[in-house]
This record gives sequence, structure tokens and C-alpha cells, in this order.
Amino acid sequence: MHQISLSSETDFDGWRDAARRLAGQGVPPAKIHWSGSVAGGDDLFAAACAPEPASPAHWAPREVKVPKAFIDMAKRVICHRDPARFAWLYQLLWDLQSNRAALTDPLNDAARWVKGADKQIRRDVHKMHAFVRFRKVGERDGREVFMSWFEPDNRIVGLTAPFFMRRFTGMDWTILTPEACASWDGKKLTFAAGADRSQMPAEDAIEDQWRTYYASIFNPARLKVDAMLSEMPAKYWKNLPEAELIPDLIRQSSQRTGALLSAPSTDANIRSSRMSNFFAEDEAIEISSLDDARRAASKCDRCPIHECASQTIFGEGPVDARLMIIGEQPGDQEDIAGKPFVGPAGQLFDKAMGEANVERRKAYVTNAVKHFKFTPRGKRRMHQKPNAGEIDTCRFWLDLERKFVAPDVILTMGATALRGVFGKAVALKDMRGALTQLDNGTRLIATIHPSYLLRLPDRQRAAEEYDRFVDDLARARSLLRPDAA
Amino acid sequence: MGICHAYAPDGRCISLLKILMTNFCIYDCKYCINRVSSNVERARFSVDEIVKLTLDFYKRNYIEGLFLSSGIIRSSNYTMEQMVEVARKLRVEHNFGGYIHLKSIPEADPALIEQAGLHADRLSINIELPREASLKSYAPEKSGTVIRSAMANVRYGIESRQPDRKERGKARPPRFIPGGQSTQMIVGADQSSDSDIMTTSASLYSGYKLRRVYYSAFSPIQDSSGDLPLIKPPLMREHRLYQADWLMRFYGFEKDEIFEARQDGMLDLELDPKLAWALERRERFPVDVNRASREELLRVPGFGTKSVNRILSARRHTTLRLDHIARIVRSLKICRDFIETVDWHPSRALDLVTLRERFVPQPQQLQLL
Repeated sequence: MHQISLSSETDFDGWRDAARRLAGQGVPPAKIHWSGSVAGGDDLFAAACAPEPASPAHWAPREVKVPKAFIDMAKRVICHRDPARFAWLYQLLWDLQSNRAALTDPLNDAARWVKGADKQIRRDVHKMHAFVRFRKVGERDGREVFMSWFEPDNRIVGLTAPFFMRRFTGMDWTILTPEACASWDGKKLTFAAGADRSQMPAEDAIEDQWRTYYASIFNPARLKVDAMLSEMPAKYWKNLPEAELIPDLIRQSSQRTGALLSAPSTDANIRSSRMSNFFAEDEAIEISSLDDARRAASKCDRCPIHECASQTIFGEGPVDARLMIIGEQPGDQEDIAGKPFVGPAGQLFDKAMGEANVERRKAYVTNAVKHFKFTPRGKRRMHQKPNAGEIDTCRFWLDLERKFVAPDVILTMGATALRGVFGKAVALKDMRGALTQLDNGTRLIATIHPSYLLRLPDRQRAAEEYDRFVDDLARARSLLRPDAA
Repeated sequence: MGICHAYAPDGRCISLLKILMTNFCIYDCKYCINRVSSNVERARFSVDEIVKLTLDFYKRNYIEGLFLSSGIIRSSNYTMEQMVEVARKLRVEHNFGGYIHLKSIPEADPALIEQAGLHADRLSINIELPREASLKSYAPEKSGTVIRSAMANVRYGIESRQPDRKERGKARPPRFIPGGQSTQMIVGADQSSDSDIMTTSASLYSGYKLRRVYYSAFSPIQDSSGDLPLIKPPLMREHRLYQADWLMRFYGFEKDEIFEARQDGMLDLELDPKLAWALERRERFPVDVNRASREELLRVPGFGTKSVNRILSARRHTTLRLDHIARIVRSLKICRDFIETVDWHPSRALDLVTLRERFVPQPQQLQLL
């Protein structure tokens, strides 16, 4: 039997040195008896077990290797209060030598115990981070000084102090616990032996404000005592200033809720009548310019698409543009940015416009439908084609745009845009390439929608179609008077 | 990671100083205690008072930071300016390192939301009620369109600051609401069904990349308006909505699947939505835990994301038996009828008409007084 006494209850380095040596010598877990500093003296086994003879000379120590996750976990688990922690850690170390994956094997007992203990430690640490309450003691050299008393389940002051140091760097503080104390003075974190509660200052004026806040944030109609207790067990209450309120809050809750439920509703305050003018509805806008149309369209609720879309995406470009380009409807990115043709199809459109030598800023670019229609699919919004009714409803706005811009040439992209212009289903393949004269003298060229190019799986075909698209754009330009492109 | 520094007796976490700058308000939202027509007593904090209170609480380790909201006074812009000023003072003048959440006012100027984003960790804009029609009748001054375009602005602000892939390595852009945006919906004040609520959530998550949608059971308020029900808060309904929300975000469910067998559009109050779904789709079970894909495992009632991860890693070491699963998941009670292992098959359980009764909470005998 090997008797190992460590220098303290949380002596990780000592444990590691001993464990490394023993595992290197191939000493099985059952042959070791571990103890922290306190238990060492009066241990029953201590006298009975003579130290093992040293290993034979020919027995070369093995190299002991563990994953990094084990070291991190062991540093925490060593702070656990269970005396068996040293032995379990060694058992896991032992298992790891023959099975590299023992740590992630949910069926390994040592891994399960150590992970379970680690979970308790992490919870304990988390609760200490949460429930330490500082009281202001005074000021020293222009820095505020705070003090706290806390009673953790395990020996975790060393594990928690760095958190408080990072969070409360700008103030001096001391955390007292029965077994160890930690202090920060703005430069150095120091640890000292345990203290007792009497060293803690009695009151802090801010605690009254905190209690007021605590009592007011509680909604008596939602009383759920068990949910509170599972996260804030009563063992912590004695060091929480707000906890003294809890019994009364619980006791009064049903009465308070009952009072709310039975109270008659009250009459409107006098203020409310004065507010009615403030929110008087805007007068119906009479639309006599493109800007009027844009303003009126921003409130459009003529069809149900507006209920999900973020905003109306009205056309963009100069009112005296000679070329009007009409697409289908805004997409996800247009809906967010508030502008037409900025998403993937818009970028392709811009590229093609560049190659066709058409300046986008001189053209009026719009869509047949002004709101984004979609179905949510997981984290994305999938574009949905607007139906005939929606396109026809939205013609109201497109017609106004056509009226005020009065372009010489209209370029429609895709079938929706064609329907937007003609008000009835027109097959794109019949129209494409031909030049159509509209009733008011405007000439129309129909081409495909750039998003069609993005959907073509065949690269060769996509390249050909892209070239045709650029040709169509160039053709539209050639119809304009030379100075208007 | 946020820390809950205290819990109120309602079981809710207190991690932030959650206050209104003022409870004066010019809006008349029927569900709100501070609506203009309410007779509640009014008060107002100054910017400096909020800053001091936040710092005092933070230094004593009571809170993680500030959650600031406000009634609308004078105008949306004026109110938002004051809130941004609180955030600016905390960050710039006091080097405050804690968390700041601002409840932005959707009607405010987008430029103010930009400024808020530079100091706050998170912005939220409340959608309040799931349907446009409810908003019209209960919160007449609010508009879904305005709320959604404000959310769109926030998403645009976040995305336009994400560094271009080509420009990585250059100076990082200034931080802009690293905690993203969230929203809140009130449950039980209007007649909307659970399905309406989840439809709105799905659309908001996908459209504005929200981190969270919070569902808030409507609680009775003092000085209540006669237009609203006087009910106890529907806490179970709220809980089921959160579960359905989780199914959509972490378990690969679409909204329509969750509601496909729910004719009235309401979630089952007795069973959690995944179990209720599985009972309707028994042909997909039992799932073989040794072979099934992650997606299939995630649909097994009683398996959480962590259990699924553990199963996937455990089966690299061994062929799983039922007692292995018992050690991995919290309880076998729910999942065992839906899985198969080398030594376990639910046999005819899945064909039982009465299977549902195994899971429904037992009625309790009343006690004689």
C-alpha cells in the first residue's frame, strides 16, 4: 500500500506529482491511499501500511499522458469536499492510460464520478459568483473598499477569485469565507486563512434600495416557490440581504393577486382625452408627385403581404429617368436595406449593367410588387412568387411610377414584371427579344430576371444566358437618345 | 455568460436592474399599467439617478447590468435620446463593463438606434402582439410595419458592420450590439392562437436574426382597462410556447409540423409539444439509437440536445443498450416507448390507443377538508 499525504486539501501540484510518479511505476489505484493534509495524522491505515518497496531498477517508468481537458477538470475537482476525490482522479488517470477516450466515454465509472463532481464544483462556483454580496466599508487612497462574507459548499475561493478580480478591478475588495479569504487591492490578488462572520461590516445603505427593487420586481400572480428554491436554495439565504423579504412576499402573494383580479376596471384618466389630438390620423394624401406616391406606398396595406414584410420597397432613381427597369419583388436583403436590387440578384444585375454600359443611377429601378413575400424556413426567409392578385393590386403603385417618371423605354425583367405592365398573363418567351410599343408610346423590352441566372445549375448555359441578358440591357440602352443613357 | 444574482419568489432570474426611466406615457396600450388612460401614480428618474443606481448595484454584485425601458414622454425621439444618454454616460464616463440592454422605441429616428447600438449590448423592440389586428385594437398608436422596419434597421446595422471577408485582419469595426436583438410578445391578452404566435415568431427569427423571442403571459395589472380579460397569467401556455420555440430553433422543427394535428391552433397543455407531435407521428418510431441520424434522434421525446450529443459520442465506443441510455438521459419514462436498442424494442406500445395516457399527468384526488 502506498500512503500519499498532500500538503493541503486543494494541493493540485502535489497530487499531480504523486500521481505521475505512481502511474509511471504502474501502481494500480487499489494500492494507493490518498489523504489531504488534515486527515493524515489520525488515519487508521497510516500505521498499518508499510510503504511499498521501491520499484526494481529494471522497471523503467512509463510516460504518463492525459488530455488537457483532464487537467482542467482535475484542478477543479481537487477542490471538492469528498475525501474520495484524489482516488477517483487517480482511477481516471489510470483508465486514460489504456483508453485515451475514457474521458468522453459516458460508460466509464471514474469519468462519470469525476464529471459529476466537476459539475457540482462548477455549480458551486457559479452560485458563488452570483450570490456574493459586497458591502461598502469605506474608501482608501481614493478607491472604494468592499467586503463580503460567503459560505461555499466546497473549497472554491481560489477558483472564484479571478472572476471577481476581472469584474471588480476598479475597487478594493475582500471576500471572507470560513476556510479561506481572497483580497484584491488593484494590483495583486492575495489569499489568507479562513475568517468568521463577525469581521463583516453590519450594514450598507444601498441594501435598502436593493430590497425595494427586489420586492417590486416580483410578480405575485406568478408565484413559483419551487422554481426559486431550485436555483436559490435556502442555504444561501442567510447571506443575501433581499432574502428576509421572501417569506412575506410569498405569504401576501395570493391576497395581492386576488385583489388585482377582483378590482373593477377604472375610468380613463383625463390625460387620455388630451392625447387624442396628438395622434390624429394623417389626412389621406393626395398623390400628385412621385414623392407623394412613395410616401403613400410606405403605408400600403392593400394586400396581405405587408403583414410580414418589413417595409415597402419603392422604386429608386431620378424622376426624369428615360429608362425604367422593372423587376419582380424585393428579396430578403432588399427588405432589410430598404432599397431595390441590393441582394445577390441585384449584384449580378449591377455587373451586367456595367458590361452593357448602362448607368444604374440614371435609370429608375423598381419592382412589380413592392413588399417581400416569403415563407420562413429555419433561419432563412424563402422567397415566394407573388400571385396574380397581388401583382395586380400592386399595379396601382407601378402605374403611378410609370405616370410620374414617364420613361421612353421600359425594361421588364421576368414574367411578374410583364404582368405588372400589362395587367394580364403574358408569356415571357413570346415577348423576349421583340420590341413592343405600348399605347402611350413607351417602348418595352422584355428580358429574364437576373435571379433566373443564379438558379441555372449548368455553368455553360448560365454563361450563355448571362450574355443574352447583357445584350438585352444593351439593346434597351440603344433605344434611348444618346444623351440619356 | 449572464449570471442570475437573485431569484424572485416567482422563480424568475434577476440579473439586471430592469427599470423604466419613467412611467409617464403618451400611448394608450390597453394591456399596460402605464398607458395614458391609467390612473397610476407617475414618476421619473433623471439620467444621473439611473447611472448612479446601476453603478451602486453593480459594485455590490447584485446585478450584471442595466435593462432600461421607458414610457414615451414628449416624443419618441426625446425619450430615446435620454435612454441613449444613460448608456453613453455609463460606458464613456464611468467605463462601465457590465451589460446594457435598451428597449428601443420603434418610432424613434434610426440615427438614435445607431447610437444606442454603439453603447448597448443588446437592443430589443417589442412586437407586443402577434397579429396586426390585435395591435390595432389594443395598442392603437403602435404599428407592426413601424416595428418590423425598426427591427430591419437593427439587423442592417449589425450586418453592415460585419467585416468583409477580404478585409479581415484590418482594424475591427467598432462594436455594435454584440448581443444582437430580441423581442417580446404578450400571451393571453388578445384572442391570438398559439399558432398565430409561432407564425409571427418564425417570421421574426428568420427575418431579423433575433436572438430570442420572449413570451410573456399577460398578468393582471392594477387600474386595468375594461377591454381586457381579468385572468390569472396563463403560465403553462407560456411554458409550452417556449418549448415550441425551442423545437423550431434547436430541434429542426418547422412551425407547421408542430401544429399539424392541432386543429384549434393551440398547443397541448398537458403534454410537451415534442411528445404531442410524436404521438401523432408514430410511424416515425421507434428510432434505433445505434443507427439513427442526429436529426432523427433530436425528434425523440425525452431526448435533449445534450443527450443526443452524448448518445452520438457513446455509440462510437459501444453498441448501446437500454441501461446505457438510462445513464445518459434524465429519465427513461418518456423516451423508452420511442426508441430501440440492441436489447430493447417498445414492441406494441406504439400501437396502443392508450399510449397518450401514460404521459398525461394523473388527476389528483381532492382532500377532504
